Amino acid sequence: MTEVKQLVKGLADQYGRNEECLLPILQGIVTSEQHISEDAMVEVARELNISAAQVYGTATFYSFLHTKPLGKYVIRVCKTITCMMHGKNQIIKELESLLKVNLGETTHDGKFTLMETNCLGQCHKGPAMLINDKPYTDLTPEKVREIVMMYRNKELRSN
Amino acid sequence: MAEKINLKIDNIAVNIDEGSTILEAARKINIRIPTLCHHEDLCVAGNCRVCMVEQVDSDRLLPSCAMPVSEGMEILTNSLKVRSARKQVVELLVSEHRADCTRCYKNGKCELQELSSEYIVGENGFIDLVPLKNYSIDNFSPSIIKDDSKCIRCQRCVRTCNQLQNIGALSVAYKGEHMKVSSFYEKPMYEVVCTNCGQCINRCPTGALTEKTYFDEVWSALNSEKKHVVVQTAPAVRIALGEALGMPAGEIVTGKLVSALRRLGFNSVLDTDFTADLTIIEEGNELLQRLKKALVDGDTSVKLPMTTSCSPGWVKFIEHAFPEYLENVSTAKSPQQMFGALAKTFYAKKIGVEPENMVSISVMPCTAKKYEADRPEMRSSGYKDVDYVLTTRELALMIKQAGIDFASLPDDEYDSIMGESSGAAVIFGATGGVMEAALRTAYEVVTGREVPFENLNITPVRGMEDVKEATIKIENVLPEWSFLEGAELKTCVAHGLSNAKKVMEAVKAGTAEYHFIEIMACPGGCLGGGGQPIPTSPAIRKKRSEAIYREDALKPIRKSHENPEVVHIYEEFLKEPLGKKSHELLHTHYTERNRY
Repeated sequence: MTEVKQLVKGLADQYGRNEECLLPILQGIVTSEQHISEDAMVEVARELNISAAQVYGTATFYSFLHTKPLGKYVIRVCKTITCMMHGKNQIIKELESLLKVNLGETTHDGKFTLMETNCLGQCHKGPAMLINDKPYTDLTPEKVREIVMMYRNKELRSN
Repeated sequence: MAEKINLKIDNIAVNIDEGSTILEAARKINIRIPTLCHHEDLCVAGNCRVCMVEQVDSDRLLPSCAMPVSEGMEILTNSLKVRSARKQVVELLVSEHRADCTRCYKNGKCELQELSSEYIVGENGFIDLVPLKNYSIDNFSPSIIKDDSKCIRCQRCVRTCNQLQNIGALSVAYKGEHMKVSSFYEKPMYEVVCTNCGQCINRCPTGALTEKTYFDEVWSALNSEKKHVVVQTAPAVRIALGEALGMPAGEIVTGKLVSALRRLGFNSVLDTDFTADLTIIEEGNELLQRLKKALVDGDTSVKLPMTTSCSPGWVKFIEHAFPEYLENVSTAKSPQQMFGALAKTFYAKKIGVEPENMVSISVMPCTAKKYEADRPEMRSSGYKDVDYVLTTRELALMIKQAGIDFASLPDDEYDSIMGESSGAAVIFGATGGVMEAALRTAYEVVTGREVPFENLNITPVRGMEDVKEATIKIENVLPEWSFLEGAELKTCVAHGLSNAKKVMEAVKAGTAEYHFIEIMACPGGCLGGGGQPIPTSPAIRKKRSEAIYREDALKPIRKSHENPEVVHIYEEFLKEPLGKKSHELLHTHYTERNRY
């Protein structure tokens, strides 16, 4: 059995094989694989006996379920109005020049992906962003440089 | 019995069953409320908002297709508020629809176009969103063209594919303004589980889903001096073509169809019904052979139940969904492909035409037949056995283009040979028809007597029930079939792929024991095929079905094995059923396909 087959089977054993188990299974795949590959979707469809197009439809509906490979660290900057008023555009500019990518892209080393997201509920501490599951608030360009540096150092150390 | 509800629509009193919708109540008193996402064959979606009506003393507008009636309700369907809302809804839908109407195949047959003309969508409506839309046009399939730029996201196709057919080739992907009807990973339709059944085409209100047309290729063949153009017409075309040419549903137009084809310039006008009779001989003998091998020889490799193979939508479905059952599918080709293989071999020789100069055309109620004709296996004659497949709709268009007044055409007869057919072949076009035709022949082969049903009408396998079962007891058999003495032949008939799936799941689970299963991909069988005139509804399909059985009853020959041309072709060319020639030309094999 291939790795992805095993992963999906394990998740289906854990959550069940009804249609409502689709979402937790997809979340489980994202947790361990970062994104849901084509093969993984076909396996999910097979396990739950539903159509692969339906799995694709569900996966593309949710912003936090990815269907394309992403970097190891996914940076999501809040794009909603309060963070906008607090200067999220400068934050994005800073991140783009730091990482040498445009919004929506992944760095060449596959470490960082830069995206926007809807409200993170941190309006009182905007601008805000998430790096994977961790929120960062009250951002300034300097603070963003420090945060990115921290992640880069972490990566260097782990090599 | 359901409670009755009293309400008023446009000040007219209506009395209707509890649970009915406002739309149904309005239709009962002949008030037309426009609809787009609503379709009689599908569940309620309520997403297009075209059918909005006003409830008196309420601020809200209600979607009439989704709202059940309640006691004392007062509904207005034509108030100022309703009209202005409706117009805006249509304008909004048009703003995201590539309204390139003059160049569209659905021009004149588009429900959105009809509504726009009714509500006079002005020049100054909403801005055109199409240039901002991320759309693609998928015209890679030999059967279906999917053009997202014309899609208004009513999801009739998604409901058709998932509920009516349970295939799941189409789904809704993304959200909000990015939402689109998509296949798995937005792959082209020919790469995914799509069976090409075309039921989505029959229900698409716009030109977002259409069949790939081949009438231009056919016109150029007809206008070529060198080419001998042979045409075959499927059983279900003759009872539906009239609908696309201004006649009511359920008219039998066989004679006019033949006249029209001659007028269009086809050199040989022949009948798929002839090879439908041939299919019965081959498939019936295959079934008896399988039964003999299983019961007498104890051959465990023989697969039962055997299923029919005439419906290319069904064949592709089983290749995707139940590949472990491919050996259960009869190896007999569909009548279209048997015809194609014989046209460029037997018939070409008979009329002294070189097969490379022959163009073989079929007129089918079906879009999956286009894909079937393109299969690499379908070149038994050494050439492409069927060059181009036209739908009933395409033929209707060609007849219009030629300026022929179809209704006033005289009746004409098919050419011979390969033009004669029995009533058993005609009923191939209705669900249960292949089963009935097969039983009429197989029973007689085994017992030497006619099937024990009045006028040969095997009523248990007729009708629009989802899944029909019939058991035929075989008694007093001829000596060579003694192993079947007292046997009960268990048969099953399903139409529509969701019913097919149910049957196959029961077979897989071991809860159903059948010997022979007939499956047609489309609701009602070929008469409800994806290439038939639009619209389709249970009432229209019922009328077509009645016409088919009427045509059967009118035929002097009712059993396939009594078709004199079939008898003749075995004597002169094929020699025997399941013989060497048959295997070369009339049988095929199947391929396992992917899960998505």
